[in-house]
Amino acid sequence: MMNIEEIYKSIASQQGWQAKYRQIMLLGKQLPNFPEPLKTEEARVSGCESKVWLHLAWDESTGCLVVIGDSDTRIVKGLLAIILAFYNGKRSDEIHTSDVITVFKELDLIQHLSPSRGNGIHAIQKAIVHFSQDS
Amino acid sequence: MFDVNAIRAQFPILSRTVHNNSLVYLDNGATTHKPLNVIEKEREFYLQNNANVHRGTHFLSANATAQYEAVREILADFLQVQSRELVWTKGATESLNLIAHGLTPLLQPNDIILISELEHHANIVPWQQLALRTGAVIKAIKVNRKGCIHYERAVAQIQNLKPKIVSICHASNGLGNILPIESLIREAKAIGAITVIDGAQSFAQIRPNLRELDCDFYVASAHKAFGPTGVGLLFGKYELLNEMPPYQCGGEMIDKVTISHSSFNQAPSKFEAGTPNIAGVIAFGEAIKFISSIPFEEWTAHKKDVFNTLISEMQTIEQVELYGDLNDNIGTVSFTVKNQHPIDVATLLDHHGIAVRTGHHCNQPLMDALAISGTIRASIAIYNTVEEIDHFIFALRDVISLLEE
Repeated sequence: MMNIEEIYKSIASQQGWQAKYRQIMLLGKQLPNFPEPLKTEEARVSGCESKVWLHLAWDESTGCLVVIGDSDTRIVKGLLAIILAFYNGKRSDEIHTSDVITVFKELDLIQHLSPSRGNGIHAIQKAIVHFSQDS
Repeated sequence: MFDVNAIRAQFPILSRTVHNNSLVYLDNGATTHKPLNVIEKEREFYLQNNANVHRGTHFLSANATAQYEAVREILADFLQVQSRELVWTKGATESLNLIAHGLTPLLQPNDIILISELEHHANIVPWQQLALRTGAVIKAIKVNRKGCIHYERAVAQIQNLKPKIVSICHASNGLGNILPIESLIREAKAIGAITVIDGAQSFAQIRPNLRELDCDFYVASAHKAFGPTGVGLLFGKYELLNEMPPYQCGGEMIDKVTISHSSFNQAPSKFEAGTPNIAGVIAFGEAIKFISSIPFEEWTAHKKDVFNTLISEMQTIEQVELYGDLNDNIGTVSFTVKNQHPIDVATLLDHHGIAVRTGHHCNQPLMDALAISGTIRASIAIYNTVEEIDHFIFALRDVISLLEE
């Protein structure tokens, strides 16, 4: 898997919206397999019209976040890959002092941040931040 | 002579671009755009005529009241009913809630309320609440796997269940099907049921004659008929309407108030508590004039032309599955693309400048009946063109090939 800097470059270097979405969907395809039994109602992120599941834990030896996820749509799954790469391996204090939303703004993926029910980037980001606050 | 370009010229928003492409607006089932005469009327009201209605003896108030009530007359004429049978609400949803609330005293435990699986949530949930209050039971006319109701079975359900209330849509918002409401209303009346028609999708498209339909209630929203948001209508046969208890209480709707007791005005005033959306109602009058300015035969001929192009082109795309009744249809096509999520398709179509709707369209029971989670819905209005359909089909093919890479 690419790290967040590599992902950022791989999207920013694309010419035109088709190429950009092709790359985003490719990132989604490269996400590690998300086990079917983990796709429970509790794992669902509410506030997304597409289905999004997250499974979050802390790596006890390093104190860093381990998060995996999946979506039933190709584009949201690709956007999820960006979010997961951003937050994976961060400590709780790092999660609170950084914000993946700025990455979306810089990549001109702003339409995916609108409060319409169709997409849930904010909802996914909030679910991760809440997890890190609560635990 | 019908000239779609002359009509388009009345809708400034249609000339804008989205993501550097010409806008192709195919989300008319959600809301239509507004012609200039509607926009200008609303603006003119606030610039020149603003005042509250039904009170005050001054010039502006009398003028605002006259304009506001004149639209009730225009609407009465359009629907072929009496103006006192028309209540202004904030939308079809509020109209349905008002009716479901108002019929509470008429229901006994185990009385049946019959709806259909095609209904919008607004024509389901208020009845569920009514059922909770009264002990009544909700039953639904079933659809087949394409989302069409079986007419004979629907009639049999009416005859066997003997519902107290039959509340069905004139046309499905999710699929566009036009229901055979003329005969369903007749069957329902034969067993003494109260009939409610959700006309949100049919008002502008079908221009129903309510005297001929003979339903007890009919509801619609102005914003789906080229008018402003926040205005709806409720028709009720006068005696039935006037018998219902008030829905909201306050100013406007009262006859006499003491600290301990109030008596209410007669309908429609009884149901119009508080200051209404005066500017919206007055502007809606212009929307009705816009609809009426186009002869109905020309209107339906143009829409059929565009719709038939849409359907025949979509049928050439092998990954596409179409739902609903494609013959008796208001101009809405609901579809899925094999192996693709509707949101992915719609997100990429948006970059081509194409506005469609995805999801369950406030039709979750219908989606359950079709065993799908949602569809992509393209819904056309009078200003859409065959060229726009060509653009849409080109974009859809492009999107499918990108998704299938």
